[in-house]
Amino acid sequence: MTLPAVVDSQFRAAASSAGLLDVAYDVTDSPLGPLFLAATERGLCRIAYDAEPEAEEEQLARGWGARVLRAPHALDETRRELHDYFEGRRQGFELPVDLTPVGEFQRQILVRLADVPFGSVTTYGALAVEAGRPRAARAVGGAMNRNPVPIVLPCHRVVGSDGRLVGYGGGIERKVALLKLEGVEL
Amino acid sequence: MRYTDEMRTPPFERFYESHREEIWAFLVRKLGRERAEDAFQETFLRALRAYPKLEHGLHLRAWTYTIAGRVAIDELRRRRPEPLPPDPSVEDGRPAYAEIEHLASQLPPTERAAVVLRYAYDLDYDDIGAALGSTAEAARQAASSGVRRLRRKELFV
Repeated sequence: MTLPAVVDSQFRAAASSAGLLDVAYDVTDSPLGPLFLAATERGLCRIAYDAEPEAEEEQLARGWGARVLRAPHALDETRRELHDYFEGRRQGFELPVDLTPVGEFQRQILVRLADVPFGSVTTYGALAVEAGRPRAARAVGGAMNRNPVPIVLPCHRVVGSDGRLVGYGGGIERKVALLKLEGVEL
Repeated sequence: MRYTDEMRTPPFERFYESHREEIWAFLVRKLGRERAEDAFQETFLRALRAYPKLEHGLHLRAWTYTIAGRVAIDELRRRRPEPLPPDPSVEDGRPAYAEIEHLASQLPPTERAAVVLRYAYDLDYDDIGAALGSTAEAARQAASSGVRRLRRKELFV
């Protein structure tokens, strides 16, 4: 006798509402393809394009602990805000973000990203200057490339000093699509 | 013994997906379809609570059956309509399964698991074989050699 889907989803919901998970995750559809979303009790900790769920689970377990479970309810608010963003009804995110395993320098850069407004762009060099490390533009690029929560921390709004798009962890075409969605002239 | 990376407890999702079907089938056999629903959830919630304390990911299957067996016993007791008569096998106030688990703690792992699952949780040898990743016959042999070993120590009469 196969496990009924309702029993399975009741367990997943109970596990997350009992606060027993280190990380809850889900996979959701978006105009940019399926997005892997993960959150701890403290906030959103991962958004990934083209994710291999098993590899993501391993990664999350190393960062936060082995109790990693797909628990869609825990990501309801994340899904809602992302959906509104893609529909053009939202320009900023209210979701708390959990950057616990991220190193200090990368964290400094990532939190500054949150201040780059919807529909505008900045450069790697400018972010490096703001972080007090004017010669670290390349390291800023690395920090963007390893951004654990793209879209919500908008690394797609960072371009080269000559205005070229340069690169994006999810592929340059996704960067173009996000900037177009925000009305940026390319 | 040092545990290598491959022996780490896997992410809970992997563990859960590997065992949910057989644990569901086991609980349905023990409790019936309806009562199995609560017991299934309780089994995996208990597993989640204990998961961070596991030192390695070995014997997870037998471990899960042990939890499910305990949940099934609790469930059968809880739903029993009459007040419980005193259990003659319990003299110091501990339930029989706790007593057997305590005695069996001195056995080698496979024998211990087989003895506990057979005599404390009343699983049949097919289930025990499944829990231990072997056969019913191997489970029977492990349980009986565990019992012989306990008898030699005069612990199990």
